Amino acid sequence: MASPLKHSLARPLVQSSSSCAASRVLLLPASQRFFSVLNRPPPNYEGHIPLTKVERGALAIGSALWSFRDPRRGDLIAALGEATAQPFFIDHLRNRMLLSPTGRRILRDRPRITSTTLSIPRLRSLPSNTVGYAYAAWLDREGVSPDTRAAVRYIDDPECAYVMQRYRECHDFYHALAGLPVFREGEVALKAFEFANTGLPMTGLSVFAALTLKKREWQRFWEIYGPWAVRNGLLADDVINVYWEEELETDVDGLRTRLGIEKPPDLREIRKAEREAMKRAKEAKESGTVLS
Amino acid sequence: MSGTTAKLLARHQFFQGARLAARRNPYRCLSCSAQNAQQQNTPPPPGQDAPKTTHFGFETIAEALKEQKVGAVFSSVASSYDTMNDLMSLGIHRLWKDYFVRNLNPGSNPLTSPSTTVQGWNILDIAGGTGDIAFRMLDHASTINNDAHTRVTVADINPDMLAEGRKRALETPYARSPRLSFVEANAEHLTNIPGNSIDLYTVAFGIRNFTNKDAALREAFRVLKPGGVFACLEFSKVNNSLFDAVYKRWSFGAIPLIGQLVAGDRDSYQYLVESIERFPSQTEFRDMIKDAGFLVPGRGWEDLTGGIAAIHKGVKPIKAQN
Repeated sequence: MASPLKHSLARPLVQSSSSCAASRVLLLPASQRFFSVLNRPPPNYEGHIPLTKVERGALAIGSALWSFRDPRRGDLIAALGEATAQPFFIDHLRNRMLLSPTGRRILRDRPRITSTTLSIPRLRSLPSNTVGYAYAAWLDREGVSPDTRAAVRYIDDPECAYVMQRYRECHDFYHALAGLPVFREGEVALKAFEFANTGLPMTGLSVFAALTLKKREWQRFWEIYGPWAVRNGLLADDVINVYWEEELETDVDGLRTRLGIEKPPDLREIRKAEREAMKRAKEAKESGTVLS
Repeated sequence: MSGTTAKLLARHQFFQGARLAARRNPYRCLSCSAQNAQQQNTPPPPGQDAPKTTHFGFETIAEALKEQKVGAVFSSVASSYDTMNDLMSLGIHRLWKDYFVRNLNPGSNPLTSPSTTVQGWNILDIAGGTGDIAFRMLDHASTINNDAHTRVTVADINPDMLAEGRKRALETPYARSPRLSFVEANAEHLTNIPGNSIDLYTVAFGIRNFTNKDAALREAFRVLKPGGVFACLEFSKVNNSLFDAVYKRWSFGAIPLIGQLVAGDRDSYQYLVESIERFPSQTEFRDMIKDAGFLVPGRGWEDLTGGIAAIHKGVKPIKAQN
């Protein structure tokens, strides 16, 4: 008695859910619909390329291995970031932006950092204790420009794509905030800080590049910069929520105190001192051998 | 029993309704609300005469732009061209090119050919910038046919590909000999090449990039001597539908990805696979060759590797067709 009743109620449910499932599937955004490389859904924003799961996995693995071998391929590191950020991590970062009032303003305004939106000569003319001056000085010291960041292409949600783009463009500001230089040792330390602070997998995977560091550099990372990165990254406020365009004229140390970040020891100075000490030791040894 | 199923049904319908409501407003993100308020849909201004359009991969663009865009693609892939070809075709492109040249058998043995003929063949290799086909032709003529007079002119519209070809020529014995020359030319207007002067016109993996293939075929007809051979090696349609399914997925999935990893340029390789897809089929292209005035031997084409590539041939008739 009960089974025929259950049967008759079950069948319309199944039928309606299957036809609804078919029409539902057509309306889902790219990240949730099943598609093949032959019929990609239309892009959600300009430059967007929807990837299948297999493609995304292959891009993640390929770019991880290739950029480990050749860290100069910034475009591959960027692609690795985009391939591994979905579905959870970039959404989580965007939600943390939504929780903060400044973060919400950034998401509403969607400012972009390029050499046209930020006038570098003007930043150089600011007082030397400001964020803008520190940023321009850091750009000059390292010889880089804000235009070298690739556009985000593989993240499906347009807002999350903007969050990724914002993270990428603000990376140089984090360098200036932390005072870490642009070569491998500094980048690894900053990536460890970013992993602790933002949680993006690419930043964590980039710390594996520390395996390629020289012994002394690895020792410094293990003793000084690694602990600094973890401590500050976890305890400080989200750096993604800093509205840099408004902070250009504020005091750097004031900003650091507000965020809860301590400045790590100057890496360039340490390396310079170490190089000089080694040079002096070598000269002493040579003069010692000459004399004896 | 019916009470719980009714409750389940009601709950299912309630959530379905909520999902429907959510689906009606897809843009719920915070920043899109501000942008939607700002956006005003202005109608596009009324166009003047619509310019003639052609295809660039799957895009439709103005004809005048295609040359420039293709130029940009090949300038960017020039230096890693061979690596990319190897990765895309798993090295098979070398076999195809070897077979193409062997099959054409360039060069005539001076001992066996009649003494009245001009010494050596005059070969024109179009879109042959990096010299792959030209070097193979010269080697075949020299070593197999003992012909030291056959000469090849490599013509390409892209100076970066020609520069790459000149660089590679330095490693061959033909670099500074009169047997090999590199010229920058547009296959649709071969202004520097006189009519009825070429014995063999080859184009390998180039013709699919031309804006106007018919114009190129007509130019080929003009410059060839009567009895001269037009030979084209190009990607084509795969015969077997199962193999085609695999091949298409490899093309559209793996090749742009490899382009990104190796060359840092996904878009150029996306263009390349789209242009392969857009190229006419074997029968269509054979008909285009016939329309240009060529006589087509046999079926007109030969499939390689199941139709991934095909060699099309045409012969310029000796007497004018009536």
